[in-house]
Amino acid sequence: MSTQMLTYLFVGLSFALYIGIAIWSRASTTKDFYVAGGGVHPMVNGMATAADWMSAASFISMAGIISFIGRDGSVYLLGWTGGYVLLALLLAPYLRKFGRFTVPDFIGERYYSGAARIVAVVCLIFVSFTYVAGQMRGVGIVFSRFLEVDVSTGVIIGMAVVFMYAVLGGMKGITYTQVAQYCVLIFAYMVPAVFISIMITDNPIPQLGFGSEVNDGSGLSVLQKLDAVLLDLGFSAYTEGSKSTIDVFAITAALMFGTAGLPHVLVRFFTVPKVSDARLSAGYALAFIAILYTTAPAVASFARLNLVDTVHNTPYEQAPEWFGNWENTGLIAWQDKNDDGIMQYGAGVALSPAKPAFTEQTGTHGQRLLENKPTAVANELYIDRDIMVLANPEIAGLPGWVIALVAAGGVAAALSTAAGLLLVISSSISHDLLKKTLLPKITEKQELLYARLAAAVAVCIAGLFGIYPPAFVAQVVAFAFGLAAASLFPALLLGIFSKRANKEGAISGMLVGLIFTFTYIVYFKFAAPELNTAEFWLWGISPEGIGTIGMILNFVIAITVSRLTSKPPQSVLELVDNIRIPSGAKAATHH
Amino acid sequence: MSSNDNNNREYWKANLSLLAKLLTLWFIVSFGFGIIMVDWLDQFSLFGFKLGFWFAQQGAIYVFVALIFIYAWRMKALDRQFGVGDDEDQA
Repeated sequence: MSTQMLTYLFVGLSFALYIGIAIWSRASTTKDFYVAGGGVHPMVNGMATAADWMSAASFISMAGIISFIGRDGSVYLLGWTGGYVLLALLLAPYLRKFGRFTVPDFIGERYYSGAARIVAVVCLIFVSFTYVAGQMRGVGIVFSRFLEVDVSTGVIIGMAVVFMYAVLGGMKGITYTQVAQYCVLIFAYMVPAVFISIMITDNPIPQLGFGSEVNDGSGLSVLQKLDAVLLDLGFSAYTEGSKSTIDVFAITAALMFGTAGLPHVLVRFFTVPKVSDARLSAGYALAFIAILYTTAPAVASFARLNLVDTVHNTPYEQAPEWFGNWENTGLIAWQDKNDDGIMQYGAGVALSPAKPAFTEQTGTHGQRLLENKPTAVANELYIDRDIMVLANPEIAGLPGWVIALVAAGGVAAALSTAAGLLLVISSSISHDLLKKTLLPKITEKQELLYARLAAAVAVCIAGLFGIYPPAFVAQVVAFAFGLAAASLFPALLLGIFSKRANKEGAISGMLVGLIFTFTYIVYFKFAAPELNTAEFWLWGISPEGIGTIGMILNFVIAITVSRLTSKPPQSVLELVDNIRIPSGAKAATHH
Repeated sequence: MSSNDNNNREYWKANLSLLAKLLTLWFIVSFGFGIIMVDWLDQFSLFGFKLGFWFAQQGAIYVFVALIFIYAWRMKALDRQFGVGDDEDQA
């Protein structure tokens, strides 16, 4: 069977599985829809959380980014895992004890204020939508390369599947589908990683492989060889950093605190039966996530080494088949600057402008010709970072079924995250905005209908973002974390650990954190991108890391304002006392 | 003040002191070893890795997983000790 057929088969089978689960686990109450009935086993929830968390960005892009920036890529590895420690120790058990349906629910009740609830809904919708657009785009990329359908068709098929299980099944459908999606995606990630690790180092465990000796008789370890090869080509060494320590610190912190403040992750801990289950469940979630996150840096180093070995100083006509495949998708381009028919790879941007624009002609060697002007550097290749994971099985010459598996895994990663995000968007609208604010008189049945409607509308908007991506989507996704760190995290943390924190403090803190971070990002990324260099940044902190400063501002303002204004009422003090002890937690209830 | 309030206050104090210890470890392995001290640690080597690089891309993640399970296990013990556990609650 051809790779193409296998891919159709694998992706088709996985879709059939997801839809089957959706029909089997149809939601019949708001409790089913919002928190899967509240009786999910902690390990099952941990697995679902891992799939929810690991998006197209984790599966497709992360190893690729690390591959190109080396040690600086640690910010993603540390930031996106370390946040779970904060989540497990500081938030999840207490929010589970609180036992309602949504994150704005907690903020609204704890700060005894409809305004605080609405501010939280706004933060949540902003964070979640920027995030979901990237997922739909990931589905589109996988479809266009592996199934050779149009990106738009791919997005529509993806939307239809998410629609089926998110709208029908709500949290219940999503939870069990995510378990299946975790199994698909982790298997799809590990199989090629193990093969490539054996191929390069003879060590079947990728986590150990990238510290082992390369089996080419050089006696160098993978990282030593990579450092030497890259220095030779004019890059900086793979294991050395180039970002300043303060910036790495700020970016890592923004990603960590942002992770802990992400609503679609927090809400997963509302689905387990008990407080002690929520603690344990966070541990399982991170363990499942760590399998991929400790493999990713290994894949990153193997892929880079493999890439340099395969393409540098290779005549174009002898380039392997995958090179042409990805050239056809526009994610690789070659411009023969010195007319020798041989591909030279090195440091620096090869093309001007940097993204390739293809003419319809092919050159003397069969390569696709470009409209771009050559730059002064010797590098002749444009290589998109996103292809490193997707192309890796082909680069390593693995059989067709592995390639098909990676396609199914990429789709699983994107769909599972998209569904989780769509659910928190729809429940914050139907529950917080309608039931708790605008239409308090609606019955449970009506609320469930509104929740389904909101999910349907959110799926369509997300799909539109996928088909017509605003130019800034890719950049904005990383900022969702900074915004979550600067707005939601402090309000949640103070709500649990400080009895003095009151409504005035929380609202002013959230607004200042959100507005400060948002303005800084918009200023450097969109209003004055020419100034986006370290000398103009506040204390040398890039827009990616500014959420950390926004968060500190939020804390300072929330604490100061709370001290200067009146204490929270007695009923709120009792609520705080109550969430601090585990006993007496019932499954999430409706009030 | 009832003895119940007192008990809960002691439980909360014990919780906070456990949090402080675990979060200190969390900070040391990630921001400490993986970022601030990374260049200094790189002079040592572990399983063929520079040590600082290993913490930044592998080691810290393993410690994170361990920290959460240690927390879940220690808190369960505290819950029992102070009689505020959720064992009897219905699932």
